[in-house]
Amino acid sequence: MDLAVVLALEILNGIATLVLISVGLAIIFGMMRVINLAHGEFLMLGGYAAIVATNHGVNIWIAMLVVSPIVVGIIGVAAERLIIRLLYGRMIDTLLATWGLSLFFIGLVTTIFGNTVAGIGSPLGGIAVGRYSISLYRLLLVGLAAAILVAIYVVLRTTRLGLLARGTMENPNMAAALGVSPPRVYAATFGLGAALTGLAGGLLAPISGVLPTVGAAYVAKAFITVISGGTAIIAGTASAAALFGTVNQLLTYLTTPVIGEAGLLAAAILLLRVLPRGITGKLFRGSL
Amino acid sequence: MTEPILQTIALSIRFGGVEAVRGVNLCLAERELRCLIGPNGAGKSTLFKLLTGQLQPTAGRILFHGADITGDHTHAIARRGIGIKTQVPNLFDGLTVREHLWLAARRTNSRARADAIADEILDRMGLGPQAGGLVGRLSHGLRQWVELGTVLAANPELILLDEPAAGMTHDEVARTAELIREINRTHALIVVEHDMQFVRMIARTVTVMHQGAVLVEDTMDRILKNSAVRDIYLGKHGGA
Amino acid sequence: MILRRLDPGIAVTAAVMVAVGAGAPLVVDQFQLLQLTVFASMCILALSLGVVWGYGGILCFGQSAFFGLGAYTYAVTAINLGESTLPIVLSIAVPALFAALLGYFMFYGRLSDVYLGVITLSVTLIFFNLTNSTAGDAYRIGSARLNGFNGMPSLPTFNLPGDPARLLDPTETFYLVMALLLIVYVGMHALLASHFGRVVMALRENETRCELLGYDVRLHKLLIFALGGAIAGLAGSLFANWGAFVSPNVFSLSTTSQIIIWVIVGGLGTLVGPIIGCVVMQYLATELGTQQLANTSLIFGIIFLAFVLLVPRGIVPSVGVLWARLSAARARPAARARRVA
Repeated sequence: MDLAVVLALEILNGIATLVLISVGLAIIFGMMRVINLAHGEFLMLGGYAAIVATNHGVNIWIAMLVVSPIVVGIIGVAAERLIIRLLYGRMIDTLLATWGLSLFFIGLVTTIFGNTVAGIGSPLGGIAVGRYSISLYRLLLVGLAAAILVAIYVVLRTTRLGLLARGTMENPNMAAALGVSPPRVYAATFGLGAALTGLAGGLLAPISGVLPTVGAAYVAKAFITVISGGTAIIAGTASAAALFGTVNQLLTYLTTPVIGEAGLLAAAILLLRVLPRGITGKLFRGSL
Repeated sequence: MTEPILQTIALSIRFGGVEAVRGVNLCLAERELRCLIGPNGAGKSTLFKLLTGQLQPTAGRILFHGADITGDHTHAIARRGIGIKTQVPNLFDGLTVREHLWLAARRTNSRARADAIADEILDRMGLGPQAGGLVGRLSHGLRQWVELGTVLAANPELILLDEPAAGMTHDEVARTAELIREINRTHALIVVEHDMQFVRMIARTVTVMHQGAVLVEDTMDRILKNSAVRDIYLGKHGGA
Repeated sequence: MILRRLDPGIAVTAAVMVAVGAGAPLVVDQFQLLQLTVFASMCILALSLGVVWGYGGILCFGQSAFFGLGAYTYAVTAINLGESTLPIVLSIAVPALFAALLGYFMFYGRLSDVYLGVITLSVTLIFFNLTNSTAGDAYRIGSARLNGFNGMPSLPTFNLPGDPARLLDPTETFYLVMALLLIVYVGMHALLASHFGRVVMALRENETRCELLGYDVRLHKLLIFALGGAIAGLAGSLFANWGAFVSPNVFSLSTTSQIIIWVIVGGLGTLVGPIIGCVVMQYLATELGTQQLANTSLIFGIIFLAFVLLVPRGIVPSVGVLWARLSAARARPAARARRVA
């Protein structure tokens, strides 16, 4: 029985991690169709921001929940204004530019912080479930992931900001005719996606430690999750993360983490074969 | 009565709650020229897409030379002998005019024969000067013309033309009508058009569609006098 | 696609390849010759993606899957058979077959653009994960231990067909690789000029029109994709031979990204572009790797950003555009002179 609980929590954890690393990309790719190959580096920068802030005496929660998103959000806006903006509609150029951005950040961080693993301790302890001990922090992450999804849904659906963003993405000319500035909306949306990614990076720092190259481990999974999810940002990311997280954790439990990874990838392949436009290309169509 | 080249039986397609094509029974004889008219949204282009296999019907059947082609793949139907000039031109922008014709002809002909056919059509349609130019750079009228030539080069028995005169000048329209009459000597055609002057230049039997179904099928003169037809068009093209 | 017409001429490129192939061993030292050998092998890999993506329009993010499959196929069969001729053939056939199966899976399932990219990326990462976890004695194919993340060392290198004891020396290997590069390059040009090649280029422009003309688009995509897999597999065996070593890294995200970068930098839509992009990038990587001034990633990042802003279409097309502009500029004064006279 304890085992079932622990396993269920592992699965929820896997799903939550996927949600966290993917939701920012879901906004950037899902709404703006920008393939941001520097996504993993946004995560990495969020992690470093949290660590640096904590090392300078900032409370760890503030570091993760406030500093990380703000820092990476600003970086995101800057990247959008200076580079991405010039390349809308040019996918190949965006690929090269964001790849360049990714290398740039890796190089910059390596130069400043060196190549070693930096870390911060997990801020909460563990509790016992029968013979096992589960990390309270990981439990919290599950809650936070859900909260983030709900928050985005609320913002996009009910606030004026969300409406402006959705409208501009669908028809920028019309939005401009109504007095909205599409460039501003793009910058804000990209910044939001970056901020969410930075937040994820900060939140994941206590769990996996931060290296300048840690982004590579996440970027493929994030893209696979977002694209398999389909066009709807929230429903897509949530459903894809749920499916892949479950497959991944179950297989990891039954065999090895590496097989678990392979299982996630295989699930993506099978899913896309059956639903060539992603999950929400067919199911939950028209939802957010 | 010789076997019709094309026959549709209660052909329908439904998108969600809308039936874009409702129980259409069409019968086309060998080398017949049929005009298909009707207001926007009547289902004409959708019907064409059903005939070429680009869309799968939700009910009904399509027979080509008596063979059931319902549900066949687009390329399989094209091979049987149905060609189409689509409403929005479908062309290879990065290829030259000549390459279009050559590629269309090459599938069923040798390299040399395909070259010859390409030259013939360039000549016949007066596209010689544009032969080496990229299609992506041509004017709208020329693009329509090139697509027409491409379809001809593939030499299908049945040619579907979706708005062949759209966006053309008066001269171009007249030339197109002339070309269609010429083609009709050896091929069956179904032509969708909004331009009534043009339709009158080529029409024999006219099928009028409205809201997915066939409203009436008759000769051009009787169609023009038909009050039901006038109603659905709200008198827009009835005059002159 | 305009880029196709700016390809600087097969003859020139082929001549350069022959010149380098024949002349290099006479002027460079052993170390540089080995460098050139691996550069040329990677050029073949770059060509494989150049064909599949630039001409077929297939967004393959996992070309390294076929490269790695070829490398590992060579490794396993060479160890088991003790000679290299059949392993080389298999290193082409196995990836080709796998690509055909994957292609069937994808193209007949009407998959396209990013979704296809995701699947191909997933495939190469699956291989990466699987090969990484094959450490230990239990994981062997015949007498070849896969060794997981450690990789397979001391691979038998190429020998003269029929004479397993007569290994090719570095110069002979270089000749072989350059010859293969030339054959693949010229072969691809010939293929693209053929009926099949024209259909492939047409379907990249407009799949619908292609189908409406009676061509089975899915089959054509499958075939060009399998061909790309075959060529990548060949490059894999050349790579395995070069280092006498293969590791899961051949399947990694970093490898597959590099191939994409070579093609983009060189110019998507040309055949000589991927080759030039590959050579330039490889050379830069080697040179920058030796200097201590600044972090390599940082420098590359800045280079790419500058590249996108200044030379967006890639080296070859940009050179082509420049050439066209210069030719036009030269023609103008002459025309003016004619009018005056």
